Amino acid sequence: MNLVLILFIIIFSFALFFFSKSRIQFYAKNNHQFKLKALPKFYAYYLSLWCALPALGILILWNIFEPNIVKYLIISKIESNNLSSLSSDQLNLIFQRVKAYYAGNFTGELTNEIKDGAEQYKRLLSLASSAKVTLFFLSIVIFTAIALKKVASNIHAREGVEKIIKIILFTSSAAAVFTTFGIIFSLLFESIRFFTTINFFDFIFGTSWSPQKAFISDTSVELTAAQLKELNEAFGAIPLFAGTAFIALIAMCVAVPIGLFSGIYFAEYANRNVRRFGKPIIEILAGVPTVVYGFFAALTVGPFFRILGESIGLDVSSESALAAGLVMGVMIIPFVSSLTDDVINAVPQSLRDGSYAVGATKSETIKKVVFPAALPGIIGSILLAVSRAIGETMIVVMAAGLAANLTINPLDSTTTVTTQIVMILVGDQEFTSAKTQAAFALGLTLFTVTLALNFIALRVVKKYREQYE
Amino acid sequence: MNKELRRKKRYQAEKRFQVYGIIAISLAIFFVGILVTKIFSDGTSAFSRTMIKTEIKLDADLLGITDINNKDEVENADYYTLIYEEFTKSIPFSNDEEEKQIITLLSPDYEYEAKDFFLKNKDQLGKTVTILLTASDDFDQLHKGNFPRDIPEDRRRLSNFQLQIYDQLVKENKVTKVFNNYLFTKGDSRDPELAGFGGAIIGSFFTILICLIISFPIALMAAVYLEEFAPKNRITELIEININNLAAVPSIVYGLFALGILLNVLELPRSTALVGGIALSLMTLPRIIIPARASLKAVPPSIREGALAVGASKVQAVFHHVVPLAMPGTLSGTIIGLAQALGETAPLLLIGMVAFVVEIPGSPLDPSSSLPVQVYLWSESAERGFVEKTSATIMMLLGFLIVMNSLAVYARQKFEKKWN
Repeated sequence: MNLVLILFIIIFSFALFFFSKSRIQFYAKNNHQFKLKALPKFYAYYLSLWCALPALGILILWNIFEPNIVKYLIISKIESNNLSSLSSDQLNLIFQRVKAYYAGNFTGELTNEIKDGAEQYKRLLSLASSAKVTLFFLSIVIFTAIALKKVASNIHAREGVEKIIKIILFTSSAAAVFTTFGIIFSLLFESIRFFTTINFFDFIFGTSWSPQKAFISDTSVELTAAQLKELNEAFGAIPLFAGTAFIALIAMCVAVPIGLFSGIYFAEYANRNVRRFGKPIIEILAGVPTVVYGFFAALTVGPFFRILGESIGLDVSSESALAAGLVMGVMIIPFVSSLTDDVINAVPQSLRDGSYAVGATKSETIKKVVFPAALPGIIGSILLAVSRAIGETMIVVMAAGLAANLTINPLDSTTTVTTQIVMILVGDQEFTSAKTQAAFALGLTLFTVTLALNFIALRVVKKYREQYE
Repeated sequence: MNKELRRKKRYQAEKRFQVYGIIAISLAIFFVGILVTKIFSDGTSAFSRTMIKTEIKLDADLLGITDINNKDEVENADYYTLIYEEFTKSIPFSNDEEEKQIITLLSPDYEYEAKDFFLKNKDQLGKTVTILLTASDDFDQLHKGNFPRDIPEDRRRLSNFQLQIYDQLVKENKVTKVFNNYLFTKGDSRDPELAGFGGAIIGSFFTILICLIISFPIALMAAVYLEEFAPKNRITELIEININNLAAVPSIVYGLFALGILLNVLELPRSTALVGGIALSLMTLPRIIIPARASLKAVPPSIREGALAVGASKVQAVFHHVVPLAMPGTLSGTIIGLAQALGETAPLLLIGMVAFVVEIPGSPLDPSSSLPVQVYLWSESAERGFVEKTSATIMMLLGFLIVMNSLAVYARQKFEKKWN
């Protein structure tokens, strides 16, 4: 249906374009006293844009809002028919059944309520689709007519077209803002529902994470005080935060020294050949998908550490934080290395020359002059690397553990925020349980922390750049 | 003297510092080497498949075919019994348990293989022919040398009797390796020897296609707006800050967004390349905008001024002259952005693209998986045969990434104009 309408509008506006173009050309040729204010094609553009864009806009908006409006109407009908008051989750369930019955794949107990609902659903859908088509064609007729009238009064068509183009360009760049709002909205929406059952401080400062307990949380049933307490205690996120920070710390211990030294070497010592071949090889590490690192960590590095530990009598978990952190560190090396390289290259040559002039060696110059000068930029890039390590998902999902242990032993298994989000949300989930909402609350925390880190890092780097420009 | 010593020390420190740098670079290159070697040494064996040569009599009675021209009968003939009877007959056994062990040496799809063979050789009905049948995963791994044979029988997946048969078959020259076309043409399967990443490649293709269709035009237009038309005000600043921040948001957050908005509010179909592509396109958007802006910025103002001087409007100057000149840089940025999207896994996990998909998807609206998700799925499987399959999938994925990145470099070097 939608596809047909879209195809129609595309073909129709193209036809309108060519038809009106030739008509206007013809008209201008035969009326010499009449002067067009723009080339004929701009009038044709003007017409076809006004014909197609509003109709497409209506189509898109309609398709976004229709399902929810229909759902709202059905649910309010069911609610008004029902004597006992139902919770929103129960109403949702009934609506899902109505839809399944309408689609013809309903299994289960058939009630009159569902039959009536499906009847109404069908009626609403057909009503909606005919309304959509009517509105669609109405908009084509109206807007084309307005545009025609403007063209007939010989407006400046090119300016009109360019205005439309600028609006389209602006809307595209605003897409970034819409995306941010969409992310924040989706995270906040579920998180707020989560924090209505779970105390915010129990989440942030609780020390025990065991979301499997949350099966009792059918939120439609009133919880007893004891259950509520148990539920609150199941979502203490401290072990996850600690695990995330711990693995990120191990990763930084690997990535910062290696990345920093190779970045300094590339910037200060390396001759052209080393730069030409060495840099791309290290950049390969940045291009490898994270799932490959995860596979490597889980099947090679993890078992290797376990066997190594066994041989010297240490008890190493095969999902140790060390393996995940080490591999994550390797992933981040090129990130630190190339940022350091850039930052050091931005330090003005005059500083180095000054240092050489008083007799310092190259390494002394780097340690005492270049490095301190580049320090803000380096700190900024390390912060960016930390934010990457925190948000990294696949390595920890595949190589880190699932159980939330509060530990500082790198040979033990720990879990992270991202691992828990994936564990909770992969597979079919009831969207009303506190457990799934918890994943969104974790996501919100992750988003906030990485955003803050990036914000600070970008500001530091920018300030530093301005200093030398 | 003291001076001399100090200078020596300082020069030593200089040397040490350089050595640290070389060690760091060597370590990084060493990691690359290990990663690549490990993947390739594990993965290459997946490109061949072990087959068992058997002589069977295409017995019309066993097949239940009375009339060879009856299509229906040929289609529904009992290939299962044919292979079962003929294969177990070719190897001597003493009890039911051993008979079962013989037939499990074959991959469970043998009836379909027999059917394909027969449909091509209908004239051989009643004659004895040699047919190649896919061996089971354990047999396959044994033949490729991935199973240790010298551990006790109860800890091995193949019994002593089966090992005996294997040795016998090898001696009779009845075990061969063929190119594993299943790997490229089949979808996922519970049996490693029958599993392939064909479905995953198609799924990845659809996902990246959707991602390209959505992200490229929007990113290009956004870059053009910000670089050429945007007035310097609060709104522009807000948009710029947003784009920079979005480029650094962890990919899993885009997965949560897709789950919360695309699946739950807009009710788009779960597990499909459509939703995966939209989620990835939002992630790719800032990653294309940033290089596109850079290459627009690199076009010298004289181009714009020249166009304006001969009477073009601002829009005409930009679209007729600036954008075409900025295209090579933008395209190479787009390809790199898409390559990153191709390797992305986490958002796809959350929107349910981890489903076990046997069918090869025919459209972006079918449930599908993708190459990186296939890596994740197979790496979680216990069978030894999936390890080589996972590595082979990674090789495939890395191959695509290398091709895309070289294409980006080529596009830039070949078409980009240098302004000096």
